[in-house]
Amino acid sequence: MLRVIAKKRRGAFLLDAKFELPTPGVVALFGRSGCGKTTLVNVIAGLASADSGYVALDDGDLLDTDRGIDMPPERRRMGYVFQDARLFPHIRVEANLRYALKRAAVAPFVGVDRVVALLDLEPLMGRRTHELSGGERQRVAIGRALLSQPSLLLLDEPLASLDASRREEVLPYLETLRDQLAIPMVYVSHNFDEVLRLATHLVLMDAGKTVAQGNLSDMSLHPRLRAIIGTDAVGAIVDGTVLGADSSGGLTRVQVGRGELKVQCGAAAAAPGTRLRVQLLARDLIVATEPPRQLSVRNSLPGVITSVANDVDDSDLIGIDIGGILIMARVTTAATRELGLAPGKPVWALVKTASLRPHLI
Amino acid sequence: MIWLSANESEALTLSLSVATRSVLLSLPLALGLAWVLTRRQFLGRTLLDAFVHLPLVLPPVVVGYLLLLLFGARGPIGGWLERVFGIELIFTRNGAALATAVMSFPLMVRAMRISLENVDRGLEDAARTLGAGAFDRFVSITLPLMLPGVLAGAITAFSAALGEFGAVITFVSNIPGETRTLPLALYTALQTPGGDSEAARLAILSCALGLGGLLLSEWFARRVRRMLGR
Repeated sequence: MLRVIAKKRRGAFLLDAKFELPTPGVVALFGRSGCGKTTLVNVIAGLASADSGYVALDDGDLLDTDRGIDMPPERRRMGYVFQDARLFPHIRVEANLRYALKRAAVAPFVGVDRVVALLDLEPLMGRRTHELSGGERQRVAIGRALLSQPSLLLLDEPLASLDASRREEVLPYLETLRDQLAIPMVYVSHNFDEVLRLATHLVLMDAGKTVAQGNLSDMSLHPRLRAIIGTDAVGAIVDGTVLGADSSGGLTRVQVGRGELKVQCGAAAAAPGTRLRVQLLARDLIVATEPPRQLSVRNSLPGVITSVANDVDDSDLIGIDIGGILIMARVTTAATRELGLAPGKPVWALVKTASLRPHLI
Repeated sequence: MIWLSANESEALTLSLSVATRSVLLSLPLALGLAWVLTRRQFLGRTLLDAFVHLPLVLPPVVVGYLLLLLFGARGPIGGWLERVFGIELIFTRNGAALATAVMSFPLMVRAMRISLENVDRGLEDAARTLGAGAFDRFVSITLPLMLPGVLAGAITAFSAALGEFGAVITFVSNIPGETRTLPLALYTALQTPGGDSEAARLAILSCALGLGGLLLSEWFARRVRRMLGR
């Protein structure tokens, strides 16, 4: 368990944060730029001081201002991946990696060979750091942080300075790390797609405060999250287990709660028992009041309306319980009225497989 | 050297010896002071800064005179050095080295401060999270990154040390083979009837040394910058 409490006032800015993460897990600190995410991570790392604070990882207290405990950063064993990589320019890539290993405080549980293999660093080893592309720099920075044998990995917007294609080049490596090494991670981002793919837990920050937190699925429909990412990006995030291939072929059946989704995914992810995550975007869902027939849509999920709330302009957000899982659909206010959508009414939620992008978790 | 007279080559080797000692003496001190002045906030920092720069604005004779008072045989520091370590400064090449070190000290500190200010503190923070303690960080990150400034400072100070006149002649006098460096030899030649051609050759030699030093410093700085990819 990672436990963090931090209060810090600097002029008009007030940091007032508190969150917990079961370990191992990936917690995303999510919020708009300038909301204090980096400051909070610096407090966790020990690079910034807090007026009052408490940081504990598993059983070790790293910071406790009440008891006068403040372990210096060099002894906290936190691997920090900075937004700007911060590779040492006067030594080559391999020396950057070994710099961390040489100073590790514990017997190595991950060696240079493993890190090089995990992050595909072999072709970069002899390079000077200024010869690397943005994505390569971040991969080396991640490798360097890993080789310090950290008990916690802090990633401060590691992909923010990369363009979309470079980001897509580095993200899979982060997924691999999460799946292969049981190192807890704190991942700072203002890009929800990264959060969706990497995080197990979500902490929302706004103006220096942690305003809501929980596991990612529970948080996916939180109004505070909706306020940050915008109503177009809102949608239930559901985790499911692959049941097997669909009899008609081509699609994969995924058990979600007591219901079932059909998704398109590669052969690697289609093995029964594989855990997948999908986001059902509210704007992509169609609500029907009777079982649909003669439609191309492959997913028709029976459920019961739990809530109807006005969203922006002339649209409503309809909460639907599908076999124990809450999803949300956005429909026009006119449709709500004509179909008589109200809590308690049985409905079918329709979603095209093409609008579902499953991620391995 | 064949094109120099015995006197002239003696002055040249002596100058090089004095300048080398001067740089070796001032380098660690300047590094420490540059660090303190750049990275530490304390009461009297501005005063210390001004004090370090004093030789730039004082007449060299004044510096020589103050050194005489402090480091002379009966001076508080000079007397102590001689009693405890047997180090004699007055009328010796070590004394000449001290005088040139004091005079070129501001140049060296200034070069080092500029390069230290340009070192990205973020890199030191990164080293910190990787487990590097304070001394380790300085040696493995800060010092290599400020190397261009350290080298430039050392070479500039070396060149300046070759040419120091006023403080040297005031503090350690003008003794052939011991304290008569190039500028002192040049001055002596000018005072001697028929010494014009020797004076001219010494002047050309001084110019060549100074120019060589400056070019070498620039070449080093470029090389290191290229190594760092800037």
